[in-house]
Amino acid sequence: MSDNSGGVTYYINHHLTHWSIGEGFWTIHADSLIVSILLGSLFCWIFWAASRKATEGVPGGLQNFVEMMIEGMNKLAKETFHGHNPLAAPLALTLFCWIFLMNLMDLVPIDLAPSTMEALGWDYFKILPTVNMNVTFGLSLSVLALIIIYSIKYKGPKGYLHELFFHPFNHWSLAPFNFALNFVELFAKPVSLSLRLFGNLYAAELIFILIATLTLSYGLFEVFTSLGGIFLLIGQIILATIWAIFHILVIPLQAFIFMMLTMVYLSMAAESH
Amino acid sequence: MEINATLLGQMIAFGIFVWFTMKFVWPSVSKAMQARQDNISDGLAAAERGRKDLETANEKADEILREARQKAGEIIDKANKRSNEVIEEAKSTARAEGERQLAAAQAQIEQEINQAKTELREQVVTLAITGATRVLEREVDAKAHNDLLSDLAKQL
Repeated sequence: MSDNSGGVTYYINHHLTHWSIGEGFWTIHADSLIVSILLGSLFCWIFWAASRKATEGVPGGLQNFVEMMIEGMNKLAKETFHGHNPLAAPLALTLFCWIFLMNLMDLVPIDLAPSTMEALGWDYFKILPTVNMNVTFGLSLSVLALIIIYSIKYKGPKGYLHELFFHPFNHWSLAPFNFALNFVELFAKPVSLSLRLFGNLYAAELIFILIATLTLSYGLFEVFTSLGGIFLLIGQIILATIWAIFHILVIPLQAFIFMMLTMVYLSMAAESH
Repeated sequence: MEINATLLGQMIAFGIFVWFTMKFVWPSVSKAMQARQDNISDGLAAAERGRKDLETANEKADEILREARQKAGEIIDKANKRSNEVIEEAKSTARAEGERQLAAAQAQIEQEINQAKTELREQVVTLAITGATRVLEREVDAKAHNDLLSDLAKQL
C-alpha cells in the first residue's frame, strides 16, 4: 500500500469501492457478483456432490454433514409451516449457507483481494459481497416476492387484497389507513432484513480497515525498525485478532438471523388471519 | 452506495441456487435418509421379533423340560412299583416253594420212620424167634410155629 496519493482516505476509499462495469442503473458490481456466484456454486456443488453419492448405508463425513443440515432445515420448515411445503427447507438451506459463505469472506485478510487484483491490473476489487447493498437487497427483495406469492397462494388474490385493506381495522372508512399500515409493514420486512445484514458486515469491514490503517503511515521497513512502528504493529495484530474472533460469532449469526426471519415472514404470509 | 443491476443479477442467481438445491440436492438425500430410516426401523422390528421368538422358545423349552421331568418321575414311580411287585412275587413264590419242600421233606421223613419201624419190627421178631429157638432148642419146629410167630410180629 502506498500512502503518497491521499493516505488513509485513499486507502479506505480504495477498499470500499467496487469493481464496476457499465453506466447508470445498468452498472454491474462485477466483484460482488462473481464472488457471490462462485460461493453459491461452491455451496451447490458441495451439496450436490454429497447428494449424488448419498447412500442409505453408513454415511461418510460429508454426507453426515449434509444430512444434518438438510434434516435441520426440514425440521425448521415443518415447525414453521403447517402442512407440506417443498420450497421452504431448500430455501432456508440456500439462504443460510450462501450468506454464511459470503460473510466468511470478511475473514479474508483485508488487503489480500484488493492488492492482488490491483497488481493484476484491476482498479478495485472487494471480495466481501454482503457489504454491497445490491446483494443484500437482491436477497431480501426475492424474499419479499416470495412473501407476496405465498400470501396470494394461501389466501387467494381476493383474500389477500381483503387483508391488505381490512386488517387490522375491519371498517370500510379505515381501508386506506389499513392499506398504508400493511404496505409499510410489508416493505419494512425486506428493508430490515437487508439493512441488518449490510450494516453488520459493513461496520465490521470498516473496523477491519481502520485497524489496518494503524500502521499505514509507516513503510514496510520502518514498521520493524522504529519503536512506534513495532508498537503499532503489535497493537494492530491484537486488535485485528480480537475483532476477527468476535466476527466468527457474527458471521453465522447474521446468516442464521436472515434465514430464520425469512422463514418467520413466510409462515406469517401463509397464515390466514 | 447506489442500487443498480447487480441487484437483478443477485436475484436471478439466488433463484437458480434455490431451484438447484430443491431439484437436485433435496430428493436424493431425502430418499437416502428415508431409506436408512426404514432400514433402521425394520431392523429394530426384526430385533423385537427375534426377542419375542426367543422368549416363546424359552417358554416352550421350559414347558418341555417340565413335562420331561414329570414323565421321568412317573416312570421312576412305575419302576419302583414294578420292582416292589416283583419282589413281592418272588417272596411269595419262595415261600410257597419252601412250604412245598418242607412238606416233601416231612413226607419223606415219615416214610423213612415207617420203614424203620417195619424193619425194627421184623428184626424184633427175628430176635424173638432166635431167643425162643435158643430157649426151646429142638422142641420148637420153626415150620409149625411160623404162623404163630408172624401173628406175633404183626401185633408188635
